[in-house]
Amino acid sequence: MSLRDWFENRRNKQLNADLVESKISGDDLLKLWEKCYNCNTSIPQKELEQNMHVCPKCDYHFRIGARERLEQLLDEDSFEEINSNMLPSDPLDFVDTMRYKTRQVDARKKTNLNEAVVTGIGKISDWEVAVAVMDFAYMGGSMGSVVGEKITRLIEEGIKRKIPIIAVTSSGGARMQESCLSLMQMAKTSCAVARANEQKILYITVLTEPTFGGVTASFGTLGDIIIAEQGARIGFAGRRVIEQTIRQKLPSDFQTAEYLLKYGHVDMVFHRSGLKSTLEKLIRIHAPAKQKVNT
Amino acid sequence: MNKQFTPLEFEKSIYQIEDKIEELKKLSSETGINLDDQVKLLTNQAFEFKKQLYSSLTPSQKLQIARHAKRPTFLDYVSLITTDWLELHGDRAGTDDRAIIGGVAQIDGKSVMLIGTQKGRTTKENIEYNFGMPQPEGYRKALRLFYHADRFNLPIITLIDTPGAYPGIKAEQTGQGTAIAVNLREMAKLETPIVSVILGEGCSGGALGLAVSNRVYMFEHSLYTVISPEGCASILWRSADMASTAAENLKITSDDLLQMEIIDGIIKEPLGGAHYDWDFAAAELKNTVLESIDEMSGMSGTELKSDRHEKFRRMGVFIE
Ligand SMILES: [Zn+2]
Repeated sequence: MSLRDWFENRRNKQLNADLVESKISGDDLLKLWEKCYNCNTSIPQKELEQNMHVCPKCDYHFRIGARERLEQLLDEDSFEEINSNMLPSDPLDFVDTMRYKTRQVDARKKTNLNEAVVTGIGKISDWEVAVAVMDFAYMGGSMGSVVGEKITRLIEEGIKRKIPIIAVTSSGGARMQESCLSLMQMAKTSCAVARANEQKILYITVLTEPTFGGVTASFGTLGDIIIAEQGARIGFAGRRVIEQTIRQKLPSDFQTAEYLLKYGHVDMVFHRSGLKSTLEKLIRIHAPAKQKVNT
Repeated sequence: MNKQFTPLEFEKSIYQIEDKIEELKKLSSETGINLDDQVKLLTNQAFEFKKQLYSSLTPSQKLQIARHAKRPTFLDYVSLITTDWLELHGDRAGTDDRAIIGGVAQIDGKSVMLIGTQKGRTTKENIEYNFGMPQPEGYRKALRLFYHADRFNLPIITLIDTPGAYPGIKAEQTGQGTAIAVNLREMAKLETPIVSVILGEGCSGGALGLAVSNRVYMFEHSLYTVISPEGCASILWRSADMASTAAENLKITSDDLLQMEIIDGIIKEPLGGAHYDWDFAAAELKNTVLESIDEMSGMSGTELKSDRHEKFRRMGVFIE
């Protein structure tokens, strides 16, 4: 979209006023718009934010970062991060087309995150919860030692405090750069879920765009309740791998949240705007009343 | 070494020396000239050379041994180490996946549950066993057998040789990821000893889905990896030609895994690999699993569970 189109089609007068006032350059102006991958409509950033990063025209759910997700799900200022300083190391000295160490630095710069998951304690409509949110922007949300350890510690914290545990996933799978150590994180996190089961602690997973491989095959699909976000692609093997193996075209709705619902792998599919209230309902229905925090 | 196999590329020089030895022996018997000293010398040299060669294999050379068509499979080991084997079929939900086979048997009079991934040799077998790539139904059959073993206090032995869980439309429809995840979680809850051995290929979640165990061993030339070297190369290098580099960098050999403290020990193979001497490999396997079951015989169900839990709890390397 050209700048002239933008001025002609502007939908948010307030935004325009702000821009004129602050004398932002043309390049910056373009950055303030985002194009919908699905319907190609250009949407002002501000409007997109107000709409929870969902296209107002076609309902396409944009991928969002861990911080934004936490803001959307938790009560204002209720989040206290734990294990935030844990950093990845490079135990195998791994190099592919780039050094793993360089990839870590780049990912950190790009996302302002120390790793691909943020964990902590927060509140959903006054209910205390242990929550983990993955961020796809950090190396494809891949699970290496840090992600596995942070998820495990979060589950342990939830068990200790006897509060519901919520994991919001977004991941391409296990992190290849840590090889078998990454594979073992699948076992480690699943063992932690086993303990939560034995202690009858409610564990809910929210699968968001995209969730694949080692996360699907471990803590991602082990929720007592599994919620999928509308339109998210979720699966074990990637589309390309399956196409190469079976050499046939895949159905267009293959591996979407709706497809998984049809085949019985998730309990429910929700629009982003309904997630928080759904979580609140689930927690309320499953928990004794005394657990609610007095505010 | 007898010439029962087509030599692998790196074995060609050995086969040449052995041809030479045969020639000398033939010459000696035809002409009556005593060449015993020369034959003996050459035989000793060949042996030293082989020892050297097979103890310094690259990961991709080991990969060729691990995938060797004559390498003993799960069912070969079952027939070599057990008596009274009875296969238990089916997931009780409509399917008997043949890529994962399970059953009860005795090893030296000790009752056990054996579960493994099966590979074939002929086209017909490969189709039946799907090249050792299980469907979700295979993992669910394994889970049913895990519960059975738990109920009757049978130690569980899983023997793994798989390129990975099958990637297909139906596998996604019936929940490949969920089936593996549930096995990881449920294995953590079992109160009977579990011993796993990687026989050949132990690739990704497809292998781990049978290996959340108290003890995990690898055969000397087997591999255990988060993704097949080919898969890794095509994703990270965008070229399948980089598979041997990927195999190198992924650190997938038994020595690597022992060093990373992911496995508990390495099971020795005969010189050249298990396919050269099935009985040798089977005897080593039998000793290892019996010893490790014996070690755990005094542990209670709760102790076995926390032993397994703590084993995996420790895994991972990070900075804090
Ligand atoms: Zn749209």
